[in-house]
Amino acid sequence: MSSAVETTSPRSAEAGHWGKEVRSDVHVAFEARNSGGIEISLESRVAPYYGSAILEQTREVLGELGVKHARVAIHDEGALPFIIAARIEAAAGRAGVALGKRSLPEQHPLPPPSQKDRLRRSRLYLPGSEPKYYINASLHAPDAVILDLEDSVHRGEKDAARILVRNTLRAVDFGPCERMVRINQLPLGLEDLAEVVGESPDLILIPKVEEPEQVREVDRVIAEIKQRHGIIRPIWIMPILESALGIENAFAVATATANVAALTIGLEDYTADLGVVKTVEGRESQYARSRVVNAARAAGVQAIDSVFSDVADMDSLRRWGEASRAAGFEGMGCIHPGQIRVIHEAFQPSAIEIEKARKVVAAFEEAESKGLAVVSLGSKMIDPPVVQRALKLWSGQRQWE
Amino acid sequence: MSARERVELAHNAAGRAVPTMVNGKPQIPFLGTGKYQPRGRKAAPPIFSTKDYPDSGDKRVADLETALRQCGLRDGMVISNHHHLRDGDQVALMALEAAARIGVKDLMWFPSASFPSQKNAIELMEKGVIHHIEGSMNGPLGDYCTQGKMRGMGVLRSHGGRYQAIQDGEVHIDVAVIAAPTADFFGNADGSHGKSACGSLGFALADSTYADRVIVVTDNLVPFPCVPWQIQGNNVDFVVEVESIGDPAKIVSGTTQITRSPDRLRIAELVAQFLRAAGIMKNGFSFQAGAGGIALAFVEYLKQMMKQDGVKARFVRGGSTKFLVELLQEGLTDYILDGQTFDLDGVKSIASDPRHVATSPFTSYNYHGKGNFASLVDAVVLGATEVDVNFNANVVTHSDGRLLHGIGGWQNCLFAGCTVLALPSFRDRIPVIVDKVTTMTGPGEMIDVVVTERGIAINPRRADLLDAVTAQGSKLPVRPIQDIKAEVEKICGKPARPKLGDRPCAVVKWVDGTVLDTVWQVS
Repeated sequence: MSSAVETTSPRSAEAGHWGKEVRSDVHVAFEARNSGGIEISLESRVAPYYGSAILEQTREVLGELGVKHARVAIHDEGALPFIIAARIEAAAGRAGVALGKRSLPEQHPLPPPSQKDRLRRSRLYLPGSEPKYYINASLHAPDAVILDLEDSVHRGEKDAARILVRNTLRAVDFGPCERMVRINQLPLGLEDLAEVVGESPDLILIPKVEEPEQVREVDRVIAEIKQRHGIIRPIWIMPILESALGIENAFAVATATANVAALTIGLEDYTADLGVVKTVEGRESQYARSRVVNAARAAGVQAIDSVFSDVADMDSLRRWGEASRAAGFEGMGCIHPGQIRVIHEAFQPSAIEIEKARKVVAAFEEAESKGLAVVSLGSKMIDPPVVQRALKLWSGQRQWE
Repeated sequence: MSARERVELAHNAAGRAVPTMVNGKPQIPFLGTGKYQPRGRKAAPPIFSTKDYPDSGDKRVADLETALRQCGLRDGMVISNHHHLRDGDQVALMALEAAARIGVKDLMWFPSASFPSQKNAIELMEKGVIHHIEGSMNGPLGDYCTQGKMRGMGVLRSHGGRYQAIQDGEVHIDVAVIAAPTADFFGNADGSHGKSACGSLGFALADSTYADRVIVVTDNLVPFPCVPWQIQGNNVDFVVEVESIGDPAKIVSGTTQITRSPDRLRIAELVAQFLRAAGIMKNGFSFQAGAGGIALAFVEYLKQMMKQDGVKARFVRGGSTKFLVELLQEGLTDYILDGQTFDLDGVKSIASDPRHVATSPFTSYNYHGKGNFASLVDAVVLGATEVDVNFNANVVTHSDGRLLHGIGGWQNCLFAGCTVLALPSFRDRIPVIVDKVTTMTGPGEMIDVVVTERGIAINPRRADLLDAVTAQGSKLPVRPIQDIKAEVEKICGKPARPKLGDRPCAVVKWVDGTVLDTVWQVS
């Protein structure tokens, strides 16, 4: 395309989705023009209720993006305002205008900063191009939501998903859930960071990590963006090991920076890398999973398990979760809200364990108050590691309650 | 048209403007629940004599046209159908088209409900064969009504209200045409067998007992006697045999599906948890839930809790589905009292299990009777399109005023011990909790609990329920209804209220025959 053509002909692009099966999304067809002002057409299933609000919002967003002349055709399927804004911005960006400009929705107050060792039994995956799942995600009470820019987003949709995820971090109330984002593999992931880090996600998952340097690079970029935005709250990192090499380097990865809070494993890619079949029992990944747990513990971070991909098979999920907890993992991923409760139950210590921990903690507190170095329960002396484990279990239990 | 331009309006006890005259008949505006006490006697069909019917008992005639002629169908008469065959029904249109061939005009069509597949009724209204419809309308028929194209006014009644209107003589049926999945030549008929089996035929009961003339149409004629018979041949004038009364695939669902939406599953589970926490789920209790996705999921959650707590119900009310049938088969309820049968498991069960009993709007819902079953039910789980901050609810119109659903048994069910509306807090971007419902279908004083995915709102009139669920330190998300509304409006933005027209095109009747609200023409 010659530059003469570029400046004289209108540049068109679109973003978003519409159709009978589409809910809570919007399709925006954007045509940049050189004159004639703003022209908006709107078709919406909620037009009688929100038609004028959508038109007004569209003008506002275009104003923020500095667009003065354009034809915008909006086909709305009941999208919420932060979604509409993201789709307009994506379409304008694809049309080659408003580059470097953003239209940010109203900021929902940020939740308290996330603790490095907070409870992470479950993280619910929310695909980065499926906005209908966001607004009610926290109602299903996962410990974390994870806005995914990687595998659930088509290659051609990465730009739009990034903007949508950014707006979601800003506008959606996720309640007590930790707000995680899974970026793409580097270097694409760096573009993701540039868009989302300014909205203070609590944790970034890095896929397909094999070398500690990849983690350090992400950490550096996050630090730069944080500094630029004046963000002081922590943004933790959870590397995902998904290859034989990644597993081999588990400890180096876990200790790459102090901001690594947890280490996790991606079994689909790992088993593919080994050239073995992934089974419900998971014997083929036993070594890798043990290696992850061991490396994580050695590094003083959490070990978090993979996802369980059959959303209909709750019995196998429960067995997997129980085995996972027994092996030393502290949580796993969920790809459907229905998995959350089963996972929480699987990672829940038994009543006997809790009761024992409660007694040990009480004995510990008593010893502390009396200035005793040795903790004892009845006539039995309790070893320091047992005390540590009891304290950890008890504080986890209190978080859970 | 001109007669409708001069409609006089009165404000009823619910504060709604309603017509004082509907289709030439004076109306009583809603006076408040339990306030209207009619006197007088019920309507009755004319006396007939056995001498006028064949001794052989064989009442068959060649076709519907012949039957309608011999029934003396004339201009301006009322012709009725039941909707047990749902969207698969072919008999109603068959009858109306036969009437068109005879050349009659200006009929009032009085179905117990209409379905989208019957949209050809529009053509018959255009041609003048049908003057207007009194019965639920949605889809194309609903739009035809709310666009003001129907010559008369639509009248929406609950299942119980339809029985009441027939029984009290407010609607006189001249000819009832009853689709029957099985019948004998005498006119005994039943719905639980045959290739077009639909389960109960309860909605046709009033038609068969109060209409002047009754025609049974069947595609499964069996030698006398048809056993069991839910419709008594002694009320039937003619029997017509046809190739097919309906499309079996659309009469009942092969299987009814539980919702897969995590948000709706959450609502269903909260409803079940609420009934358990409120102490309603206890030995010998009863409940009713429909066949919607949330209601079915509710039954599944409640079933798990009943098992956990060792609780058994005395009876459950259908619309039956395989989920209720499973309760019966697993010994978790003694009986299913079934108003209509939604899926194949339901049909099979009602045909074979004596504990699965067919009921009718008379036994279950009729308000002008010596009681009815609805008020004996401990808890009912219903849907709605809108509910307002005073717990008034709308089931008939979308918030833009278009007709969306019939009332069904919804109004009648409000008499249960605990009425629960199970609703998503918004649909698409449209909040479900509003300041004032578009069309009042149920007064808030009869609606006890609204369960959404964002929390449970208990009607302040039911302090007993609030105490019951909070006393045990339950962790249920109980919140004021205004709280939930405010949260949703924060998410969605406050919606504009669509402007409704000022011309009535239908009325909503309360269970006692008084006029509860008006459906206005939309632009």
